[in-house]
Amino acid sequence: MKQRIPLAISFVAGMFMIVSFYIPHPPLGGMEQKVLTWFAIVTGISMIVGVESLLRVNFSKTIHRRKGWGYSVILLAGCVLTLITGTIGQFKYGSPVAMESPFMYVYETMIVPLQGTMFAILSFFIASAAYRAFRARNLAATLLLLSAALVMLGRVPVGERIYSHFPQITEWIMNVPQIGAKRGIMIGAYLGAAATSIRIILGIERSYIS
Amino acid sequence: MTEKERGATFLEKLNNLDRRIIFVLVFCLVSLPMILKLPSQVTISPEVKKAYDYIEALPEHSIVMFSVDYDATSMPEIQPMALAMMRHAFSRNLKIILTGQIAIGMPLGTQAMEETAAVYGKKYGVDYINLGYRPGYQAVIVAMGREFRDLFANDYRGTPIDNYPMMKGVHNYGNLGCVVVLAHGGTVENWIQYAQSRFGVKLIIGTTAVGAPDYYSYLQAEQLVGLLGGMRGAAEYETLVKAPGLGLLAMAPQSWVHMAILGLILLGNVTFFLVKRKAKKVEQK
Repeated sequence: MKQRIPLAISFVAGMFMIVSFYIPHPPLGGMEQKVLTWFAIVTGISMIVGVESLLRVNFSKTIHRRKGWGYSVILLAGCVLTLITGTIGQFKYGSPVAMESPFMYVYETMIVPLQGTMFAILSFFIASAAYRAFRARNLAATLLLLSAALVMLGRVPVGERIYSHFPQITEWIMNVPQIGAKRGIMIGAYLGAAATSIRIILGIERSYIS
Repeated sequence: MTEKERGATFLEKLNNLDRRIIFVLVFCLVSLPMILKLPSQVTISPEVKKAYDYIEALPEHSIVMFSVDYDATSMPEIQPMALAMMRHAFSRNLKIILTGQIAIGMPLGTQAMEETAAVYGKKYGVDYINLGYRPGYQAVIVAMGREFRDLFANDYRGTPIDNYPMMKGVHNYGNLGCVVVLAHGGTVENWIQYAQSRFGVKLIIGTTAVGAPDYYSYLQAEQLVGLLGGMRGAAEYETLVKAPGLGLLAMAPQSWVHMAILGLILLGNVTFFLVKRKAKKVEQK
């Protein structure tokens, strides 16, 4: 029973979504809309589960003074601060993301700079990695290197000043060889996704209930 | 005898260049053009022109939906696009519905919309509305194809959307001129698969330079109306709407950093092959 019920739910839900996609008329269309609304609700609840797990793990780490517990304290303090400012925003201004909400202060002065810094660091490592790893060791690597160099030149104004046709060359690379390779990868990936979906719906693929 | 023992040659030192030198170089090349505000000009690519032309051709008072599917990690690339496109929409008296598939990105969309609305003296609920965020990605995109109210009965402040004049008679994608998806990740494919292929929504995508190549095939298949890729896309749109902003300002640092990276790749390859050749000669001896 433990296996049969989840398998039956998967089969019915999967088949229902496929049929309602192709026949969106009543009653299927209306039912699909209800399922989608419930999907959104379940996703929202899963977020709460995620937050609960994050807090539990970091709280336990702090209590038991495990390695790196200081970071957990910062994380918990950040969570509490965000929760407080968001709640104030919700009750006082109608939304945590209202422009006047105190959450926006936290967002602008902490979240944005922190996220931005994390990604900005990439530019330094990309430059360093390009110097060390981007080597024309064989024909394939040389072709990749050359096309990357042409795209990089065609994407910036200075490249256009060096040679006025660099943007057209870049357009050609993006619209012909790039698309060809990408389409091949995408067709393969989506065929794989479709096959996996069918296997799950038919109960052949059962790893999600094991 | 090891390299350390015999003392590294200049070539070997260059081959193992201290990465801190590269970091300082990148820092200078990014910050100096920004501080000096060096001007840049860009030529307009066909994919950006298509997006601009489509919005330009929309009848007055048409509704454009903006989906904020990015956060601060890609803010430098996508926020200038949001500002330029919203500017364009408001300048043409189009109405804007704001929503998003990434909760942490919604404040950025709200800021961009409030900022541009203030410039053009637009009124909330009449000229623009913020529906906020609902979890569910694909489910939200599909559900909006039938009725916005099923998931967005209220706006982001909890006010019923029926209280706002601009939402009267607006029920689903069929009532929109187009949807502008500003995204840094996989939600673009959800929009194409569910909103475009199922409901025939006219889609304009604004995404990061790294992500843009993924969507050229959809553009070629005419599943997209237009495509803005990275800071360059933002700079091109700013040029078209004649409102220079961060996109155009960032073109100079991007130019210099691209040139520096190309120079480093070239130098790296030259030293790599010279060191390799030298090692081979030593081996033969």
